[in-house]
Amino acid sequence: MSTGNTVTMTEKLVIIGNGMAPGRMLEHLFETAHGRYDVTIFNAEPRVNYDRIMLSPVLSGEKSYEQIIIHGDGWYIKNGIMLYKGHKIVAIDRVAKTVASDHGVVERYDKLVIATGSVPFILPVPGNNLAGVLSYRDLDDVNAMLLAAQSRMKAVIIGGGLLGLEAAAGLEARGMDVTVLHLMPTLMERQLDAAAGYLLQKAIEDRGIKVICNASTKAIVGDKRVEGVELHDGRIIPARLVVMAAGIKPNASLAKEAGLATNRGIVVDAGMRTSDPDIYAVGECAEIGGHVYGLVAPLYEMARVAAAHLADDTSTAAFVHSDTPTKLKVTGIELFSLGDFADGEDRHEIVLRDASAGVYKRLVLKDNRIIGTVLYGETADGAWFNDLKKKQVDISDMRDTLIFGQAYQGGTSLDPMAAVAALPDDAEICGCNGVCKGKIVSAIQEKSLTSLDDVRAHTKASASCGSCTGLVEQVMALTLGESYNPSTVQPMCGCTTLGHDDVRRLIKAKSLKNIYAVMQELGWSTSCGCAKCRPALNYYLVCDWPGEYADDYQSRFINERVHANIQKNGTYSVVPRMWGGVTSAKELRAIADAVDKFNIPTVKVTGGQRIDMLGVKKEDLPAIWADLCKVGFVSGHAYAKGLRTVKTCVGTDWCRFGTQDSTGFGIRIEKFMWGSWTPAKVKMAVSGCPRNCAEATCKDVGVICVDSGYEIHFAGAAGLDIKGTEVLGLVKSEDEALQVIVALVQMYREQARYLERIYKWAKRITVGEIRRQVLDDLEKRKSYYERFVYSQKFAQVDPWSERVSGLHKHEFRPLAAVGMADAAE
Amino acid sequence: MTWALIGSISDIPRRGARCIETPQGKIAVFRTAEDRVFAIEDHCPHKGGPLSQGIVHGAAVTCPLHNWVISLETGKALGADEGAVRTIPIKVENDMLFVALATVTDCAA
Ligand code: SRM
Ligand SMILES: Cc1cc2nc3c(=O)[nH]c(=O)nc-3n(C[C@H](O)[C@H](O)[C@H](O)COP(=O)(O)OP(=O)(O)OC[C@H]3O[C@@H](n4cnc5c(N)ncnc54)[C@H](O)[C@@H]3O)c2cc1C
Ligand code: SF4
Ligand code: FES
Repeated sequence: MSTGNTVTMTEKLVIIGNGMAPGRMLEHLFETAHGRYDVTIFNAEPRVNYDRIMLSPVLSGEKSYEQIIIHGDGWYIKNGIMLYKGHKIVAIDRVAKTVASDHGVVERYDKLVIATGSVPFILPVPGNNLAGVLSYRDLDDVNAMLLAAQSRMKAVIIGGGLLGLEAAAGLEARGMDVTVLHLMPTLMERQLDAAAGYLLQKAIEDRGIKVICNASTKAIVGDKRVEGVELHDGRIIPARLVVMAAGIKPNASLAKEAGLATNRGIVVDAGMRTSDPDIYAVGECAEIGGHVYGLVAPLYEMARVAAAHLADDTSTAAFVHSDTPTKLKVTGIELFSLGDFADGEDRHEIVLRDASAGVYKRLVLKDNRIIGTVLYGETADGAWFNDLKKKQVDISDMRDTLIFGQAYQGGTSLDPMAAVAALPDDAEICGCNGVCKGKIVSAIQEKSLTSLDDVRAHTKASASCGSCTGLVEQVMALTLGESYNPSTVQPMCGCTTLGHDDVRRLIKAKSLKNIYAVMQELGWSTSCGCAKCRPALNYYLVCDWPGEYADDYQSRFINERVHANIQKNGTYSVVPRMWGGVTSAKELRAIADAVDKFNIPTVKVTGGQRIDMLGVKKEDLPAIWADLCKVGFVSGHAYAKGLRTVKTCVGTDWCRFGTQDSTGFGIRIEKFMWGSWTPAKVKMAVSGCPRNCAEATCKDVGVICVDSGYEIHFAGAAGLDIKGTEVLGLVKSEDEALQVIVALVQMYREQARYLERIYKWAKRITVGEIRRQVLDDLEKRKSYYERFVYSQKFAQVDPWSERVSGLHKHEFRPLAAVGMADAAE
Repeated sequence: MTWALIGSISDIPRRGARCIETPQGKIAVFRTAEDRVFAIEDHCPHKGGPLSQGIVHGAAVTCPLHNWVISLETGKALGADEGAVRTIPIKVENDMLFVALATVTDCAA
C-alpha cells in the first residue's frame, strides 16, 4: 500500500472534485493498477462521494443521505487516499505542477485530473441573490430546501426540465404549494416532443403542482427575503422559496485560468487528456468532440477511458459518443426519451397513442433503423428500442408491429374509435339537444335500435344541427359492434380519421384546451399536424375556450400572423377599418400622409367600402400602423377569418327613401362585432330600404330596413358562388336585430367547419333549424348572445397597436444581413 | 467554406422562420418544433412566394401563396408538385447559427 512516505516510488495523482466521474475512475484504476499512484482528492463539498442522481429521492423522503453514499470514509482509508473535504482548489500552477486550496494547502502532482462537474445556471435577473433563492445541485441545496419545506409555504421552481420537475415533485411531497415556471411552451422540450410534453404536464398537474409554460422571469421580488417571482407579462407568483433549475454550465473556470484549452467545457481528446499532457479532465466539466454531457452514462465511459490512460493502457481506450436515454425519477411518471426525434423527409415516424391509458409512443426511423424514441406512460420497451438503435438493427420485417413492443405477438390494429370509446357516459354528444353518450347507448340497447334515424327519433341526438352525426354513429358502432357500419366521414386532413364535426364535439366533450391535447387525445397520426389541421384546430380552440386558450400563433396563416394581406410579390396590403364605410378628413389625411411617407405604390377603394394601401414592405408595417393608430384607426381585418366589413348606405341621414338609420346601425354592428374570429370570413351590410344600395342581399348577414323594422337576411354569397340571401325574419327594434345577428354569428362560430362560409353551413343545418335556435327560442338566442359578448372581451384588442408596442417584433425584422458590404463595393 | 454568424437559435420562434438578407436575395432560416434548423432560399419554386412566411410542420413548410409544400431538408416540393429551391448549409454551435458564406455569395452568376 502506498503512503505519502513512498513518494519516490509512486507517482502523485491529484484529483480536483470528488463527484461521480472521478469516483468511478478510481474504481477502475485500483482494479488494474493498484498502488501505481499516490492519490490526493480535493473536494469543495465537505463530504465523501455520494450518488448525486439520488438527491431527488432524498428530497422527496424516499431515501436518506446515508443510503446514497457511494464511497464511505473507510474506502478512502483502505485505498490510502488523502481526501481534503471542504477544500476548494483556487489555482493550478502548471509550471510548478502544484494545486492550491482555499484553506492554503498546496499539493504537488505528477498527474492531475480535473473533475469539477457543473455549476447551476443562475438567471441574470434582479433579486437572484435574495435569501430563499436556491439552486439544485448538491446535498446542501437539498438540506436548505427541506428546511424551507417545513414552513409548508409556496415554492416556485424556475425551469421545467428534469431537475426542475424532480425538485417540484420532491417539494410537493414535502407538503409545499409548488408552481413550476417554464420558458418554453412544453415541459422538458429538449428530451420530449410536444405530445409527450403535454402528457407530462397533465401528470404533473394531477399531483397538484401548478405549471406555467411560456413564463419568462423578469425579476425575483422581495425585501431581503424572496417574496415572489415577477414575469415579463406582469404576473407575480408569490413564493418563499425559489429554486433555479434553468440549466447547468460545465465548471471550466479553474482550468481556463490555468491556461488550458476550454470552450464550453475543458477541451479533451479521446483519451480524456487536456491541452496539457499531464492533466486530464473527466465528468460534466469536460468537452469532447464538441459535446458536453449531463447524464452519468457517458461520464462513466469517460471514467473508464481516463483510468486506462492513467494505467498506460492506451490500446483500447478511446471515448466514443453515444446517446443516453433520459428518464424522470418522479414516482408514478413513466417517460423515456432517446436520440434524435426531430422529423424530416428522409425519416419516418411510427406513432401510437392510447388516449384512455395516457400512453404515447413515437419511433423515428431512418433507412429502416431507429434513430429516436419517445415513450410516455409505458416505457417497458425503452431498453429494447435502445438496443435496436445501438445495434442499428434493420426493422423492416417487424415494422408493422414494432411500436407495440418486444412482447407483441399477432396483430390487432389501432382502433380509430378509441377516442369515442374512452368518453365517459355523461359526455355530451349532441349539444343542440343536450344528449349524452350514456343516454344514446342505453336507448340503443333497451329499444334495440339499429339505424341512425331510429336513434334520432328516440333520443333527438343529431336531430337538430346534425354536426354530431359522426359521433352518434361511432357510439352506435361501439354499442352494436360489427353489425353497424357508419357512413364514412371526410377526415379533416391526413393526420386524422376524424371529420371536422367530430373534432369540434370532442374538443368540447373532453375539455381539450390546447393543440397538443387535441392531437394526443384524438389520436393524431403525426406529431405536429400539418398546414391544414393546425389553423382549424387553433380556430376551434380560440372559439371554444375564450380567455383560457392561448392563441397558437405559429398555427395561423401568414396574413393572420402579421395582420396584413400578403401579395403576389411578398409585399403586404394595409386596410384600416372605416366603420360602416364612413370616414373623415382627419382619417383621409393620415392615409395620404402614410402613402407619401412609405412610398405606397397603389391606393385603392375596395369593394368593401374602405381604402386599401397595397405594396407595403413587411419591415414598414409596424411604422405605418403606428401612424394610422395615432388618428384612431384599427386593423380592418381584411386578412382575417373573422368579421370583415359592414357596408352601409346613407339611410335616413340623407336619403329620401331611407326608413331607418342604416349607417348608424351598420357602424353599431361593426363596433360590436369587430375582432371576432369566425370559421370563414364574415361580411355584412345594412341597407336603408328595399332598394338595397348596400347590396345586403348577397352578404353573409344583411339587413334591409323597412318601415315596420329590420328584415334580417343571411347566407348570401357573391364570390365563387352567387347566391341571394335567405330571410331569417323581421324584428321590430334595432336592439333586437343586433341580438339576433350576434346569436346567429355565434351559432355559426360554434358549429361550422373551418373555412366554411355561412351559406354552406346554413345549407347543411337548414334555415329552419337556424331560425328555430336564434329567432324563435329566446333562451337559446340569449345564451348564444352572451357567449359572444364574453368572447369579445378577449378578442377586441387591436392587433396593430399591439404590434406597434412591440409584440412579435421579430416578424418584421430580418435576422441578419450577410455579405451586404461586399456587394456594395 | 466560410461560416457567417447570423444570430442565435432563440431568435427564431419554434415552428417559425426568419430571413437573412444577402446580395443575391433573401434566405429563409427555419426552426422546427424540435429545434432543427434549416436555411433555404426564400423563394418558392412555384411563383416565388416568400417561404419564410409559411406554416412550418415537421421538416417542411407550406408556401403562403398557393400552398405548395417544400421540404426543408432537400428544398424539393413534396407531393404532386415539382420544383426545388436551393438549400444553404447551416450549423448550430452553442446555440449560435452559422450559414455557409461561400455558398451564399458565390451564387451571383
Ligand atoms: C381588396 C378587395 C378587392 C377590391 O379591391 O375591392 C378584395 C381582395 C381580395 N379578395 Fe375579395 N376583395 C374584396 C372584396 C370582395 C367582395 C365584395 C364585398 O365584400 O362586398 C367579394 C364578394 C362577396 C363575398 O365574399 O361573397 C369578394 C370575394 C372574395 C372571395 C370569394 C369568397 C367566396 O367564399 O366565394 C375570395 C377568395 C377566398 O376568400 O377564399 C376573396 C379573396 C380576396 C383576397 C384576399 C385574395 C387573397 O386570398 O389574397 C384579395 C386580397 C387583396 C388584398 O390584399 O387586399 N375575395 N371579395 C376587396 C376588399 C374588401 C374589404 O374592404 O375588405
Ligand atoms: C438532482 C439531480 C438529479 C440527477 N439525476 C440524474 C439522473 O437521473 N440520471 C443521470 O444520468 N444523471 C443525473 N444527474 C446528473 C449527474 O448527477 C451528474 O451528471 C454527475 O453527478 C456529474 O458527475 P461529475 O463527477 O462530473 O460532477 P459532480 O458529481 O457534480 O462532482 C463535482 C464535484 O466537484 C466539486 N468541485 C467543483 N469545483 C471544485 C474545486 N475548484 N475544487 C474542489 N472541488 C470542486 C464539487 O463540489 C462537486 O462535489 C442528476 C443531477 C442532479 C443534481
Ligand atoms: S377578384 Fe380575384 S384578383 Fe380581384 S381582388 Fe378578388 S381575388 Fe384578387
Ligand atoms: S408561390 Fe409558393 S405555392 Fe405558389
